[in-house]
Amino acid sequence: MSGRTYLGMPAFPVEAKASTKDERLRANLRHATHTIRDKRARAVGELDDWALLREAGKRIKDHTLRHLDTYLLQLEDRVTAAGGTVHWAADAAEANRIVASLVHATGETEVVKVKSMATQEIGLNEALAAEGVNAYETDLAELIVQLGDDLPSHILVPAIHRNRGEIRDIFRAQMGRWGRPAPEGLTDRPADLAEAARLHLREKFLRAKVGVSGANFMIAETGTLVVVESEGNGRMCLTLPETLISVVGIEKVLPSWQDLEVFLQLLPRSSTAERMNPYTTMWTGTTAGDGPRDFHLVLLDNGRTATLADEVGRQVLRCIRCSACLNVCPVYERAGGHAYGSPYPGPIGAVLMPQLRGTTSEVDASLPFASSLCGACYDVCPVAIDIPEVLVHLREQVAAQPGHGAERAAMKAAAWLFDHPAALAAAERAASATRAVHPRTLPLRPAKAWTDSRDLPELPAAPFRAWWKQHRTTRQEPAE
Amino acid sequence: MRVALFATCVNDAVLPRAAIATVRLLQRLGVEVDFPEQQSCCGQPQYNTGYRRQAEPLVRRMARAFDGYEYVVTPSGSCVAMVRDNYPRIGAKARAEGRGEELAAAAASLTPRVLELTEFLVDVLGVTDVGAYFPHTVTYHPSCHGLRVLGLGTRPLALLRAVEGLELVELPGAEECCGFGGTFAVKNPDVSTAMGADKIAHARSTGAEVLCGADNSCLLHLDGMLRRQSRGRGDAPLRTVHLAEILAPTEADPWSVA
Repeated sequence: MSGRTYLGMPAFPVEAKASTKDERLRANLRHATHTIRDKRARAVGELDDWALLREAGKRIKDHTLRHLDTYLLQLEDRVTAAGGTVHWAADAAEANRIVASLVHATGETEVVKVKSMATQEIGLNEALAAEGVNAYETDLAELIVQLGDDLPSHILVPAIHRNRGEIRDIFRAQMGRWGRPAPEGLTDRPADLAEAARLHLREKFLRAKVGVSGANFMIAETGTLVVVESEGNGRMCLTLPETLISVVGIEKVLPSWQDLEVFLQLLPRSSTAERMNPYTTMWTGTTAGDGPRDFHLVLLDNGRTATLADEVGRQVLRCIRCSACLNVCPVYERAGGHAYGSPYPGPIGAVLMPQLRGTTSEVDASLPFASSLCGACYDVCPVAIDIPEVLVHLREQVAAQPGHGAERAAMKAAAWLFDHPAALAAAERAASATRAVHPRTLPLRPAKAWTDSRDLPELPAAPFRAWWKQHRTTRQEPAE
Repeated sequence: MRVALFATCVNDAVLPRAAIATVRLLQRLGVEVDFPEQQSCCGQPQYNTGYRRQAEPLVRRMARAFDGYEYVVTPSGSCVAMVRDNYPRIGAKARAEGRGEELAAAAASLTPRVLELTEFLVDVLGVTDVGAYFPHTVTYHPSCHGLRVLGLGTRPLALLRAVEGLELVELPGAEECCGFGGTFAVKNPDVSTAMGADKIAHARSTGAEVLCGADNSCLLHLDGMLRRQSRGRGDAPLRTVHLAEILAPTEADPWSVA
């Protein structure tokens, strides 16, 4: 299960060329993103102090990132004191090794999982499968993705690209392979689909000895972890198993319990458009007779320290994975999540992955350009990440890599022309003078990329400069 | 009052009607307009594509060309956003790279004086009724940089509503990007075109004759798609027209297509 990975994904425009023409995908995404977008706008609009909350969220995160070393050590101290064990993982491979060895130590060959972006990021399910351990996703949408041998395409709603009919077909065909089959005659009614998932998952919850999660927040002063979810599956995974392993990015730490009051308002309204989150589970180490006996926290770096070193790029570490930016993004809506080549699609993925993974692969080098810089993402971001600013900053890094010689030369030529007005005026006059013979389509990139779908403009008989020279002396009298 | 017109490179070379209309409109309102001929491009194509250092000579040129003018008025929200948001960043990065204060100073001297046309009309001149006459049905697309970076808000709509003879119809999904995005249009042509097609479908659904915008680069993309779509088809006529071309004409001197 979960055989598909993001390895070797093509550049964004290549993948998007196909996905933009997939009409079912486009319809699913349009409906889903616009529905969540509108609900979020209403939920946020209810609060008079949203701008202040947003500013508070930004400042708390910036403060924490500035003193990350202090807060992480404090967190380790408190978690350890409360009976947990803290592991430090520099990268995905190390984190996967730690989790696999912890599972092996229990003697178990299966784990149940809470929806977790960090474990998606490191490819934990595939790594565990290679070690003979089955990792079962228990979030409804992650289950749909996993049963369909598919990849998630959205941070909050990973199966957003699937409609009800497709989900019913996946349940019917696949549930029996991994556990309790779908009920006979399963329909595509949402309540029936949810019931099928509930029955399928219930036996896994009751059997599992090991749970694996991420966390939305970690509180340094108390050593408490917080998971925010909507279905109750997380509560099951976090309380029933004997062993709990949580893999969490180092940027998820918050200094104090009181900081939660800001984020437990910002996150639900931004992500699910809810006033209050349905299932908020908090735990501190272990407690005798209550919940897991063994608790392990794997603190994940995987490129975060390098990102923190970048003065412009570090603001993406404020992200609380709400996915509001995906739901308002016109590019995401049309290209779909898979085109981004990682579990973090959309605007936040386009600024996060090129920093976490670097920009050497085709898809990572293309991500900073997968935006029209419309700014809708920045407007809705609950921690005010200026995504367009970071995109342009990352474009600069990509443009400095080999393979951009022709573009650099063209940009340089244009900049030279614009810095030499006499030459510019001559070029404009020449272009206008020959306009009768200009073609409407052009054969070579990048001009072809324009004319494949758009006519070239007809140039004017004369540029504005020429008009000005003729008219500048004939000023009209002011109108009274 | 004497102001400098920043025509922008796109309007100068490709779509001069918007710049001409801006001159006529401002003169009609009693503003003395100058066009410093040393101006060219704000450098946005270079900057937004990742070639910041190549935009630097254009920052210096802009600051020189418009030195001494109380206001620099431009019929392009996107170019104003480039100056207002990104010139200070270019200056700050040059400083951080140990290349001194020169670019930061150039940005600081120019940035506060550069205004988008509707900002100048509404905020400086204090007018929303500019005495224009445009007897057509119009729908307005607020381009992203004007809408979100500059926060133009209701200024363009207030100006349009006061135009004699104009019927303004609301554009569904108005705040959504048209898909132009500078070099995005050629680096991601399929997504760009998909966004443009939706924008055009929304505009057509209004029944308007004119799709108005305050940024000609967006209109260039939409107009190119409209003309490609309508080749050999009997679609209802829909044309893109810059806001300045709607605010400039009067009953005595009406708008003409030619």
